[in-house]
Amino acid sequence: MESAHTQASGMGGMRAAGDLVARMQMTRRMRIKEAKQYVAGKLGCTTRDLSDPIAMEQIRIENGFGLLPFTSSVQPDAAGMMEAKFNISRVLDIPINCVERFKERARL
Amino acid sequence: MPLEPKIPTRMGDGSLIEMTRSQIKADLEDGTQFAAKKAKAPELTQDELDHLLDIYASAARFTAVDIGDEVIMSNDGTGTKHIGNRVQDLQTFEQVVGVDIVELWQIDYSYKAIKTNVAHEGQSMKIAQNLLTNPVQYGAMPDLGRYSKPDGPIPNWSELLPLGKIDEARQAQEEAAEMLIDDIEFVADNMVAAGTDGIDFDTTGASGDADFLAGLRACRMLREKYPWLGIEIGMAAEFVLGMHGQLEFDGERLAGMWPKDQVRMVQAAGASIYGPAVNINTGKSTAWNIARAITFIKPAMEVAEIPVHVNVGMGVGGVPTCVYPPADATSRASKAFVEILKIDGY
Repeated sequence: MESAHTQASGMGGMRAAGDLVARMQMTRRMRIKEAKQYVAGKLGCTTRDLSDPIAMEQIRIENGFGLLPFTSSVQPDAAGMMEAKFNISRVLDIPINCVERFKERARL
Repeated sequence: MPLEPKIPTRMGDGSLIEMTRSQIKADLEDGTQFAAKKAKAPELTQDELDHLLDIYASAARFTAVDIGDEVIMSNDGTGTKHIGNRVQDLQTFEQVVGVDIVELWQIDYSYKAIKTNVAHEGQSMKIAQNLLTNPVQYGAMPDLGRYSKPDGPIPNWSELLPLGKIDEARQAQEEAAEMLIDDIEFVADNMVAAGTDGIDFDTTGASGDADFLAGLRACRMLREKYPWLGIEIGMAAEFVLGMHGQLEFDGERLAGMWPKDQVRMVQAAGASIYGPAVNINTGKSTAWNIARAITFIKPAMEVAEIPVHVNVGMGVGGVPTCVYPPADATSRASKAFVEILKIDGY
C-alpha cells in the first residue's frame, strides 16, 4: 500500500528531496507549496526538480545531502547519514534535533 | 441498443466488482450528498464530481498525479515488521519504498505502554537517527481508554455511563486525561533526548472528546518546550465522539467536531501536521467512499494553515478495509485527494 502511494503521488524521500520538504513541514509548519518554494530557493532549482531523482542526485552530491547507500554512486568520501543532516541543517537554516544533540555530546 | 460497458472497480472491503460509468457517477453523487447532510457541509461541485468520475471510471490498473504535483508521505506506523529489526524496517522504507518521513513505533502502540519501555525505545531512536537521513519521528496512540479499569486505575466510564452515573463517568475521563498528558510528556521528553525529529499522536480521539483534549493539551505543552519539534495529530475518525460531552479547548466544545473544526483546534494547539481520518463503509463502493471522505475534509482544507496529511491507510480515506489494499484503489484515492483537495501529504 505504501509503495502504491509513493509511486502515485509521493516525493520519493531522500531518493529526491522529499526528506527536505518534509523537514520544512515539520519544523516550520509550512504547507506543501511554501515548503517546496523554500527548499527550491535554498538549492537554486525549480520546485519540479525536487521530486526528480535525476535532478536531485547531482544537487544532493553538491550539497553533501547523502545518497542511497546501496547505489554504486556512493563514494567512500561522500557524506553519510549524520554528516548529511549537518549539511541539511546548515543549508536549509533549520535545527535538526539529532545534529544539535551530536554537537552537544561531542563537545563540538 | 448497446449495453453500457462495465468497468472493474472496488467495494469498500476491497472486493473486485464491475459497475457502469453511470453507476459510478450515481455512487459519487450519493456519497457527497450523504456526507454533506451528515456534516452540514457543501456537496462537491459538478467539476469535482466530474474529476472524480474520470479517476474512478477507468479500468487502468494504476493512476498517478502529474509530474511536479507530488506531496509528502509521513507514513505513520512505518514498516511491515517482517524486515529484519525495526531500524532496518525504517531504512527499507526510506531507501526502497521512498517515503519522506519514517516513524519508529512499537507493537503496543500506546503512550501508556511505552512509558514503561521508554529507555529501550530511546535507544532504538538513537540508532535510527545514526542510520537514516530522512526525518524520523516517534509515534503512538493517546489511547485514553487504557487508563480505565481493568487496564488502568480509573473507573471505567463505559461501564458508568449505562448505569446513569454521568458525573462519575465525566470525572473519570478528566482524571484519565491528566494521566495521559503526563505520559505523553514523559515519552516525548525521552524521545527528544534520543534525537527524534517529531512526535506523532496517532488515532487521536479514539476514546472521544477527552482523548482529543488530552492530545491538544499535550501538543500545546510540547510546542512551548520544543518550538522546532514536528508534532503530528492524526485523528481516529471523521467525528469527535462526545463520551464526556462538555469538554472544551480554548473555549470551544470538542464533542461533535468535524474536520473543519478539528483542524482549527489542532493548529491552535501548535501542531505541525493535521491528519484527518474518514473511515470506510465496506458495504459501499470506493467511489461512494471517496466522495464522502472528500466532502467531509474539504471544509478543513479551506481553513488549514498547517500541512494536512490525510489518513489513507487500510480502512480510511477511500482505501479499502483489507490487509492488502489493491494498488488500483490506493492510487485512485491518492490522486483524488491531491488533485481535488490539494492536500500537503498523507
